[in-house]
Amino acid sequence: MKIKWASYPYVLWMIIFIIVPLGLVLLSSLTIGEGVGLGNLGFTLDNFRKFFENEYYVEVLWASVNLALKSTVISLLLGYPMAMIIAREKIEKRNIMVLLIVIPMWMNFLLRTYAWLTLLGKNGFINTIVTKLGFEPLDLIYNDRAVLLGMVYNFLPFMILPIYSVLTKIDNSLIEAAEDLGANKFNVFTKVIFPLSIPGIITGITMVFMPAVSTFVISKLLGGGQYMLIGNLIERQFIEIGDWHFGSAVSIIMMVFILITMAITNKFDVDKEGGGGLW
Amino acid sequence: MKISVKTLTTLFFILIMVFATGCSNKPTLNVYNWGDYIDPDVIRDFEEEFNVKVNYNTFATNEDMYVSIKKGGASYDVAFPSDYMIERMINEGLLEKIDKEKITNLKHIDDSFLNLEFDPNNDYSVPYMWGTVGIVYNKKMVDDVVDSWDILWNEKYSGQILMLDSQRDSIAVALKKLGYSLNSRDMKELEEAKNELIKQKPLVYAYVGDEVKDLMVGEEAALAVVWSGDAVAMIRENENLDYVIPKEGSNLWFDNMVIPKTCKNKELAHEFINFMQRPEIAARNTEYIGYSTPNYKAIELLPDYIVNSRVAYPTEEDIKDLEIFKDIKDFLKVYDEIWLEIKAQR
Repeated sequence: MKIKWASYPYVLWMIIFIIVPLGLVLLSSLTIGEGVGLGNLGFTLDNFRKFFENEYYVEVLWASVNLALKSTVISLLLGYPMAMIIAREKIEKRNIMVLLIVIPMWMNFLLRTYAWLTLLGKNGFINTIVTKLGFEPLDLIYNDRAVLLGMVYNFLPFMILPIYSVLTKIDNSLIEAAEDLGANKFNVFTKVIFPLSIPGIITGITMVFMPAVSTFVISKLLGGGQYMLIGNLIERQFIEIGDWHFGSAVSIIMMVFILITMAITNKFDVDKEGGGGLW
Repeated sequence: MKISVKTLTTLFFILIMVFATGCSNKPTLNVYNWGDYIDPDVIRDFEEEFNVKVNYNTFATNEDMYVSIKKGGASYDVAFPSDYMIERMINEGLLEKIDKEKITNLKHIDDSFLNLEFDPNNDYSVPYMWGTVGIVYNKKMVDDVVDSWDILWNEKYSGQILMLDSQRDSIAVALKKLGYSLNSRDMKELEEAKNELIKQKPLVYAYVGDEVKDLMVGEEAALAVVWSGDAVAMIRENENLDYVIPKEGSNLWFDNMVIPKTCKNKELAHEFINFMQRPEIAARNTEYIGYSTPNYKAIELLPDYIVNSRVAYPTEEDIKDLEIFKDIKDFLKVYDEIWLEIKAQR
């Protein structure tokens, strides 16, 4: 591939801020001792061994993947119909609807998650209404469900938008042709619309699963520190314990998991043509 | 117009440099303190009086601060670690000696806060604040007598108990409940403490940090493990709350000011530390944050309701059984694994 001169800054940018840091993380995961100096390059797999030998680390990884998968599936189930509804509207209405989905994202992610605290709390907004109506207050916060809610809430737009953009690009004549040939609404969807929207779905899944599996803020705030997720584990290694080598190893393990998941989802993208794909 | 690759890359680098350096002519002082632990006006006053700029950053835990000073490459001129962390930093050679001649206000510090075990001669640290760890509880929601750590294991209060999201402090609670030292390095004792905390977990509403204040003031929970100064602040906002140091003993702690080895302006760092212990400044900070000052001249300037508060200024009798954290050194990894195991329980 020929790289045009205009792309040099981007290539440089990618080297400095993506490739070099990734290399450093990998390097530090394969070494132990103080610092990441080149002087003490004793290669070791101890960090990885430590992870897989301790059942609790593996449990934490499993719990995170499980929760991230759940939130991805829920986002897909909620996001796909939403994207379809928007894609079918007239163009002016469409733009307003997309804007409504995007506007909350202008606000800081942390702030939005904090807002849920006041909504879900024991004396929070929702429970105040519930108790006013004469019911027992609900147990809404500091559990897995709250974390799941936080993930879906925060990452849903990342599912809706790519699916929506693929759906709007589907040539209407294809749908008309299917209808002319006698397909009913159900068949049009399963045989035409859905297969054509797969690239968008894959992008959506990627964009939701990745941040969901690595989040540590949502589980800390809405999970009340009850459950450790892989993101919290990594954060602790870097910030509290100061074992950057082990922290890097856990990050690499997480990245590998994400790659595997992506490889699996990618299998479904049969023709690899859609503009929405990340790969 | 034709721009060569070179010009473009040079421009790119210049851009990075511009972002990387913010410049100002005034001398700057980098201060690293706990969140919500100073009266912001005090910083402004210091800036005006010495015609400098204070670059103020905060941290949430001692470990947090330790890692960024040791590995983060950040250069701070003054930091505010606690007792056991000061010990650890001295041992690892991370601290600069303090020139006591320059800290003239050291004479206002009560003797009982000087020459403590973690820094025997105060060669490396100057006291800032001190306090205890105890239980804050809501009198309306708790009808048992609160005087023991056991209440945090009482099933009656299931879902109404808040613990600290800090491994050292939470394990200390369990160790003290069992009657052990909170500096335990005995595997058997630690194992018991771990089992206690695992047993307690279903009753715990959440493991929290600074949010504890909002949750207790908003009556979202009935009982919480807190630091005394936070308790003062909470009681000020909700009179249903009260604070108790459990009878099994607890943690007595000290936060001191230190100068890390990374310090770039030692002169100014000394001025800052000295400034913070000026009686009227110390009094302003104390009134603002609610913690207890070791500066007896400052206490004289404080309003009665603070000085007479047994939460902030407990009697000798109250604190005689309390223990100070020590650096547990390599046992940190053991504590870490215990905490992981507790957190991995579902």
